[in-house]
Amino acid sequence: MSAPLLELRGLVKHFPAGAGTVRAVDDVSLHVAPGETLGLVGESGCGKSTIARLVMRIYQPSAGSILFDGAELARADRARMQMVFQDPFASLNPRETIGRILEQPLLVHRRGDAAERRDRVAALLQRVGLRPELAQRYPHELSGGQRQRVGIARALILHPAMIVCDEAVSALDVSVRAQVLNLLLELREELGLTALFISHDLAVVRHMSDRVAVMYLGQLVEQADRDSLWHAPRHPYTRALIAAAPRLDPSAARTPRALLQGDLPSPIDPPPGCRFHPRCPLAQPRCRQEAPALRQVGAAQVACHFA
Amino acid sequence: MALLDIRGLQTWFDTRAGTVKAVNGVNLSIQPGETLALVGESGSGKSVTAYSVLRLIEAAGGRIAGGEVLFKGTDLLKLDAAGIRAVRGNRIAMIFQEPLSALNPVQSIGTQIVEALRLHRDIGLRAARERAVELLELVRMPSPRERAEEFPHRLSGGMRQRAMIAIALACEPELLIADEPTTALDVTTQAQILALLRELQQRLGMAMLLITHDLGVVAEIADRVAVMYAGRVVEEGAVGALFDRPAHPYTRGLLDAVRIEALPPGSRLPEIPGIVPSLLDLPPGCAFAPRCGRASAICQAELPALRAIGVGRRHACCHPHLEPVPA
Repeated sequence: MSAPLLELRGLVKHFPAGAGTVRAVDDVSLHVAPGETLGLVGESGCGKSTIARLVMRIYQPSAGSILFDGAELARADRARMQMVFQDPFASLNPRETIGRILEQPLLVHRRGDAAERRDRVAALLQRVGLRPELAQRYPHELSGGQRQRVGIARALILHPAMIVCDEAVSALDVSVRAQVLNLLLELREELGLTALFISHDLAVVRHMSDRVAVMYLGQLVEQADRDSLWHAPRHPYTRALIAAAPRLDPSAARTPRALLQGDLPSPIDPPPGCRFHPRCPLAQPRCRQEAPALRQVGAAQVACHFA
Repeated sequence: MALLDIRGLQTWFDTRAGTVKAVNGVNLSIQPGETLALVGESGSGKSVTAYSVLRLIEAAGGRIAGGEVLFKGTDLLKLDAAGIRAVRGNRIAMIFQEPLSALNPVQSIGTQIVEALRLHRDIGLRAARERAVELLELVRMPSPRERAEEFPHRLSGGMRQRAMIAIALACEPELLIADEPTTALDVTTQAQILALLRELQQRLGMAMLLITHDLGVVAEIADRVAVMYAGRVVEEGAVGALFDRPAHPYTRGLLDAVRIEALPPGSRLPEIPGIVPSLLDLPPGCAFAPRCGRASAICQAELPALRAIGVGRRHACCHPHLEPVPA
């Protein structure tokens, strides 16, 4: 196996919250090989977006380290790692034209002269399926799908080695979602990009990723190649996530299935032992006391005493 | 007789740029005890249709430009303010996508249920409080008696949605309108709320109009489904038949675009080209024609009417994916 392009080692991010501490990310280790896409899936509060922000150096870790291309992540890596956000409307400056928004990273990193920058913007707009004339328009004049294409173009303009997609298609209508996922698949192939693909939607994550990591309340509970994870999930939470997704076949949808009970606990005061134990159908006394370590089980890494 | 019969509904918004015909000639009916899903993408008019039924549209800056909304034969559009207030929250109740903005932040859950009850029923305060706890029990709120005293911000997203359902059910409505009731919830919580809605609907025998963009949710819970595009219904039918044999190219495109699990991972997804048209500037013919692989000259020229293709099956397409089935 080649050396990872991105590696998280014992990464921790805590936020102070009144009297307590939000344990948003608690001892997460992950790696992404060059050219690989790692999917990160979980529900709200599991820490997946915090990981994206740590990797993008929007947050500083409380403990642990992030290695990029073998060295501690540094400011200089910013150009080589870019992010596509969920809400393209909130992440594009409403007072600047699309052309100006796309040119900005080139200006900041002092790439090319005015003519070269203009050409690069026009070529990239075309590549993401937009007419170059859109460079004169403002974000509010674009549809949601067009704005997300601009978000992707902005992430690619500096020729990054890696992109982090945080719920990149979650705000889009289904007919547009397929267009944007196809664009991401094409660009990844064409540019040989490495990617961290974060979503709450396991079906989308599986489609886009080589390997998938599942998070629950700030910790990894399972990690495996996409087919093992999908066809033979080992952690009870992964199984529950797959079972809970609405089925598109009306006759299968009506068959009874085991649903998780209860709500997600607060990450401020996570349950002791295994964080999933209060909702877990398999929980035993041991799960209340002892936090399971991530260990190799068959093709997967699983954090469960009974996997 | 249908419980709710929407005929030729037109709901328009006058804007500086022109008139947005958000709903433009919608016909739908719901039988007692039935769940009808109204499905479509942003701007299709599904929520505006639902808001029009309860006449909540004027407050949002729109106007009902035409049509009838018959609830057990009474046209809700002709009722005066007091008349429609007597229906809202009583015989027709509504739940919303985001319970935190729909619930009153400075009243306990219990008080909000009591208020809903006493607005429409002659019931004493003590009895109403007892009834509130029963309703919270009905929606499977954990520790209902204690939760009745809680304020919305103290509850989890799933519990808030349960509380909103309890308020909506207070007066035993004949019709529940659910506007994206699980869209803001996590998938494991969504599964719980869908199971709850299905159970309550069967137990109480109420009809439900479910507004959603999610075909998975439709498959889970609806009896019939109507697909909307650009302010009109383009296809309608029983859920099983419509999912198995979608007639309208838009319905087929939507189903193909979400059946991601059936494809080999990493393969190209079937997509619907183009974008939803602007409602300010709709093409003269079929609104879907510019994005449709089957469109011909006739599609650009005339607006296809909704036509029946069998019992309860209708579509509005000149080139549907199946030959009409004899009724």
